[in-house]
Amino acid sequence: MLRLEKLVKTYKTGDQALKAVDLEIPEGQVLALIGPSGAGKSTLIRCINRLVEPTSGNVYLAGTELTGLSSGALRKERRRMGMIFQEYALVERLTVMENVLSGRLGYVGFWRSFTRRYPQSDVDEAFRLLDRVGLLAMADKRADELSGGQRQRVGICRALIQNPALLLVDEPTASLDPKTSRQIMRLVCELCQERGLAAIINIHDVALAQMFVQRVIGLRFGAVEFDGPPEALTPDVLTTIYGEEDWEATIAKVEDEEEIEVAE
Amino acid sequence: MPVSERNGTKVWQRRTGRESLFHWVLWLIGVAVFAYCWQQISNATTWFFVWDAPRIAGDIWTRATPPKWEYITQLGKPIWDTLNIATLGTIISLVLAVPVAFLAARNTTPSRFIIRPLALLIIVSTRSINSLIWALLLIAIIGPGVFAGVVAIAIRSVGFCAKLLYEAIEEIDETQVEAITATGASRWQVMAYGIVPQIMPAFAGIAVFRWDINIRESTVLGLVGAGGIGLQLSASLNVLAWPQVALILLVILAAVVISEWVSAKVRGAII
Repeated sequence: MLRLEKLVKTYKTGDQALKAVDLEIPEGQVLALIGPSGAGKSTLIRCINRLVEPTSGNVYLAGTELTGLSSGALRKERRRMGMIFQEYALVERLTVMENVLSGRLGYVGFWRSFTRRYPQSDVDEAFRLLDRVGLLAMADKRADELSGGQRQRVGICRALIQNPALLLVDEPTASLDPKTSRQIMRLVCELCQERGLAAIINIHDVALAQMFVQRVIGLRFGAVEFDGPPEALTPDVLTTIYGEEDWEATIAKVEDEEEIEVAE
Repeated sequence: MPVSERNGTKVWQRRTGRESLFHWVLWLIGVAVFAYCWQQISNATTWFFVWDAPRIAGDIWTRATPPKWEYITQLGKPIWDTLNIATLGTIISLVLAVPVAFLAARNTTPSRFIIRPLALLIIVSTRSINSLIWALLLIAIIGPGVFAGVVAIAIRSVGFCAKLLYEAIEEIDETQVEAITATGASRWQVMAYGIVPQIMPAFAGIAVFRWDINIRESTVLGLVGAGGIGLQLSASLNVLAWPQVALILLVILAAVVISEWVSAKVRGAII
């Protein structure tokens, strides 16, 4: 579904953020990307939708090569890739509904979007998504009135209304408390399953990643250091990715799932 | 080295001995320059007129009070003209300033090396010339009257508004722009959704602030013949009709106070 071939990104400063990364993600797979700060996780997912231009290498999304596309064709392909951000990146001064509908910008002409006359089917879908994430009552609130968890749900709706095939998720839980983090991760993973979406989730919290994903990629200095199922993340592996530390507490396997369920 | 050791305890001071000496020398030079300038100005002043000033001021005060209240009937039209000059001028300048600001802001300009310097040149050149001088020029070009005043105010305000606006554009949160770009939005859509909502409060603030300034600037435009209440003011001054001058000043004061109040209200409502 998504294939990266020898993807390289060298910044103008000479920092090599990605060193020939090869990666293949099948349809519907949710993948966690872990690694220390500065390992190139954000750069990797931004190179896929070309918010950051890769220096060399290829990206194939369902057979289409992305790195050589003209800006018009790139915009068409970006619609197939929903993105979720660390600090939510909602347009703070617009309402929740406007934020969700902004996910349709790639499908709607300028004047329609400028005057907020979206097709009824888009509006229906926006209400459906808001209902799914439990924010139906908030549709008319301004985005800056919401809490962190609520904002991230709006961010998720914005990504999903694009009708994407792939979700690029950049540190979705870094600004959230532990409970909200789990709820958001669960929501993202459930929605991916419901819709058969593939997802790349950048995440710092290794234990959280292990709870929800099917596959983990460890990135270190811009190169893939580990690729395997979450169970294979042993203290030794974490040491190769992050460096020496006591890892036993981080990969506590038995999480009290029921407690969280009740809390929700 | 602000930390030194004395008798085994570490003493911290803000400056070392040499630095504080340097500071004292700087202050000394400053005081000396001030004293010298004072002396120069004093030599160039005819002190007789200065000592005379309170008497003259008192004289004008007695002539100017009470204001000639009946004259108010002739001031309605000019003050209305003044308000119109300020308001229309501000609106026109905003229309011109928005594109200039987008061309000048580092993160939205289409070309950093050609268009941005041009936009900055527009900003600097319109800002650096006072509206009275613009009015003088425009009266020569398009003749005296309210229209010259409107254009003078508009040109003078373009640079001011565009400068503040482009600074606001440069300070926006780029992640919101990134998020809108990632949805596959076009350039204009990114502008309408990612940038415009973020600069709206700044835009409203700038508009009201400039309108407020322009009310004051437009009251004097009449002095050079560009319409408004300044015309009455200069006419009254020329014939030494002090009670009329007093009333005009009161009317201007009222207009400025009201504009101040309106702009405070509007700013409070938008931000």
